[in-house]
Amino acid sequence: MPRIHVEVDGATYEDDVEPRLLLVHYLRERLGKVGTPVGCDTSNCGACTVLMDGMSVKSCSVLAVQADGLDVTTVEGLGVDGDTHPMQRAFHEEHALQCGYCTPGMIMASLDLLRENPDPSEDEVREGLEGNLCRCTGYQNIVKAVRRAASDMREPGRQEVTP
Amino acid sequence: MTVQEVGTPRKRSEDARLITGRTRWTDNMTPAGTLHVAFLRSPFAHARITGVDTAPAKERPGVVAVFSGQDFAAEQGSLPCAWVVTEDMKHPAHPPMAVDEVRYVGEPVACVVARDKAAAIDALEEIDVDYEPLSAVVDMEAAIADGADLVHEDLGTNKSYTWVFENGDLDAAMRDAPVVLERRYVQQRLIPTAMEPRSVLCVPEGDEFTLYSATQIPHILRLMLATVTEIPEHRIRVVAPDVGGGFGSKLQVYGEEVLALLLARRLGRPVKWTETRSEGNMTVHHGRDQIQRLTLAAERDGRIRGLKVELLADMGAYLMLVTPGIPLLGAFMFNGIYKMDALSFTCTGVFTTKTPTDAYRGAGRPEATYAIERMMDELADELGIDPIEVRRRNWIAHDEFPYETIAGLTYDTGNYEAATDKALELFQYDKLRAEQADRRERRDPVQLGIGVSTFTEMCGLAPSRVLGSLSYGAGGWEHASVRVLPSGKVEVVTGSSPHGQGHATAWAQIAADRLGVPFEDVKVLHGDTAISPKGMDTYGSRSLAVGGVALFSACEKVVDKARKVAAHLLEASEQDLEFSGGRFSVRGVQEEGKTIQEVALAAFAAHDLPDGIEPSLDSDATFDPENFSFPHGTHLCAAEVDTETGMVKLRKYVAVDDVGKVVNPLIVEGQVHGGLAQGIAQALYEEAVYDADGNLTTTTMADYLVPSAADLPTFTTDRTETPATSNPMGVKGVGEAGTIASTPAVVNAIVDALRPYGVHDVPMPCTPERVWRAMRAEEKPAAAEPGAGGGLGSAGGDQ
Repeated sequence: MPRIHVEVDGATYEDDVEPRLLLVHYLRERLGKVGTPVGCDTSNCGACTVLMDGMSVKSCSVLAVQADGLDVTTVEGLGVDGDTHPMQRAFHEEHALQCGYCTPGMIMASLDLLRENPDPSEDEVREGLEGNLCRCTGYQNIVKAVRRAASDMREPGRQEVTP
Repeated sequence: MTVQEVGTPRKRSEDARLITGRTRWTDNMTPAGTLHVAFLRSPFAHARITGVDTAPAKERPGVVAVFSGQDFAAEQGSLPCAWVVTEDMKHPAHPPMAVDEVRYVGEPVACVVARDKAAAIDALEEIDVDYEPLSAVVDMEAAIADGADLVHEDLGTNKSYTWVFENGDLDAAMRDAPVVLERRYVQQRLIPTAMEPRSVLCVPEGDEFTLYSATQIPHILRLMLATVTEIPEHRIRVVAPDVGGGFGSKLQVYGEEVLALLLARRLGRPVKWTETRSEGNMTVHHGRDQIQRLTLAAERDGRIRGLKVELLADMGAYLMLVTPGIPLLGAFMFNGIYKMDALSFTCTGVFTTKTPTDAYRGAGRPEATYAIERMMDELADELGIDPIEVRRRNWIAHDEFPYETIAGLTYDTGNYEAATDKALELFQYDKLRAEQADRRERRDPVQLGIGVSTFTEMCGLAPSRVLGSLSYGAGGWEHASVRVLPSGKVEVVTGSSPHGQGHATAWAQIAADRLGVPFEDVKVLHGDTAISPKGMDTYGSRSLAVGGVALFSACEKVVDKARKVAAHLLEASEQDLEFSGGRFSVRGVQEEGKTIQEVALAAFAAHDLPDGIEPSLDSDATFDPENFSFPHGTHLCAAEVDTETGMVKLRKYVAVDDVGKVVNPLIVEGQVHGGLAQGIAQALYEEAVYDADGNLTTTTMADYLVPSAADLPTFTTDRTETPATSNPMGVKGVGEAGTIASTPAVVNAIVDALRPYGVHDVPMPCTPERVWRAMRAEEKPAAAEPGAGGGLGSAGGDQ
């Protein structure tokens, strides 16, 4: 079995993994990082989106071995109660979630979106999040949240775009 | 002292764990020693099972056990149907795992239990099943024709039941009315698609079991599991932890839940199963799937005389928890908000070799609303009257409530004028009509259509006596309890079981207001039969209109008890006490008082209580409404339809809903947004498709098109507020309204855009191809109708 070295949410892991093991299953089942959920098996829904060296990936479409030597950030590495990331706060402030199952993936995908475009228009947010499905919100408040976070994160003294 | 909570757009207390990934989805829980289950599912729509060889699978590494349906035949029971709608309803046995015959693709046939999920899935390939294929029964109309192949041979028919409701002299209405319209609409089959796949974990402890499930109905599930498995009810605890959406699909007793319990009992270890999306699409119950034949009789001035509704409703292969009752929930809504002299409703439930159907957001009411709102537009077109005006001429006026409808319901309140006027203003109706005329005049290849939907729904399910009269298996009351802890903090227990709506926030707001305590001091407990002893769970927009009101009543009881204690402590008479901001004081002597927290501590200490008062400040209540609640509203949609490609783009969507008193405007708005997305998705994108052999061809999210952010417009939402009179809070419920109203609004807009082409209908979902074909199918040799810009956009005429 190949051995991988990977940094996840600030901690270093060294593990032997089956070559077929998907990153999402490595995160959930081996590391106990269950904050990243699985919503489909065809990489359509984006619920399992995480950042790999700052770039968003659907972790169901990446093999664990592909994360070797890289830095993975999940929603659990973004912030916790009382010290949440501006994107997390914006989702809360704008009521951009209901059941919350898509939320980790939405938040991670939105961070990558802002990395590429720190001041997206409404249409650009909608296009940018096309790969992440939500069944509860109708997306309107998600769009508002992402634009609010963009504004908060552009302000001097606020947290940088990348976590 | 305390802020007014009810009516405040408070941000949700649920969010903290959801935005940080600290969630308790069932699949996130894996106790030590958990075994993982995978199911082998039928690849045939209909086949006899002549043999199952599980031996090779048992040899696979990591495999603990392999079972076929035969192995569980003696103990797995039959999945329940709680709604026997007619005495002669055909109700075939429904084994959780098929024993000798399969009747839809995806039906479980065998299962593997292994040390991890991958090992279980790997071993499925080693199970050898011998099938003798039988005929698939896919089409409902063919299924009830003479000589049709049968889904259940022993029943001798594919008809489960025929349910009839008649009121008024329909024959006379049809005979006398100068205008009679006949239409046929198809409510396509939908897959609810909650984002969280189903998951179940059963942990045994001796002869007791804790079953965690992604379910909307922990209380009903516990009772049904006990009934099906004969494990005593008090030895089963059901927990619905964080549940990632349901939309009706988790209002069910699924075979996998029964089998998880039986496997945990047999193996003595925790077992867990989580569906993949593709097996979910095949096995989560589907929604809608009706063929509607409608006949509407009206006067030349647009007044409706009568409506005849003939439904075929696809039950799928088996009747599940409330399968046969879903179309009946719609039966009372086909008349919409309109007055008429006669109504006739007939529904035939039909078996096919497809996934069973059951509740999906709105459950029966979207289907009914679609039918009547499409018919209203057809009537407007037939008579050359504006669609809004036709509705005005028929709806129940504001001063006519309460109003007994032709379907026998009593609408307690409503103000259709106010909602419609507000919607028209927000929409800028006249301006858009002018633009539409201009585009027609200019023969613009992109035509503009305007769709309206004025609707009501019955929600707050449901008065127990009504459910009883419809032969539903249980009542529709809800339970809540409130306890003010010795420290003055408050715990609220509710029998409704949320799955993402934000009830914990809304319930805390209600309790905070009634008890006069800070919002932060209230904790809402739910979703665990060991914590919440009684309940009827969450569906049918009942959680506020029934569950919230139960909580309201429990709070009132607590205050009443506290008043007695406070009066004793203050040496005053109860009548002299006023309760404000969480403090009892003697009328006119503000400085003398006791806070409810002080009363709670006194009631806990119990050193000095009035005679006959039991220690501890708590109470519980159940609420059984005397009537449904009837949210209503007016939705308007402007759609741009590209006549060359068939592409539809929603240009503007305005929703004005009246959901009565609002507890949390943020949550209400969020529910409306989400509902709109699902209703629009039915109009434009979603459909569960079966091929002629009964194979589901939309098993993944690549095939079954759930809309993304890029597919939907920004909605304009607003409200009017006509309080319900059927409960003391005046609340109605909001979960289903957006879905119910939006589907006809969108399709009406599309058909409206295409009327110059002679189009009277576009089947749902209105994909570009269907729009394009509808336009060309209706094209006459002489091109478009007179006065509508003949020949516009009609170049491509091939079919």
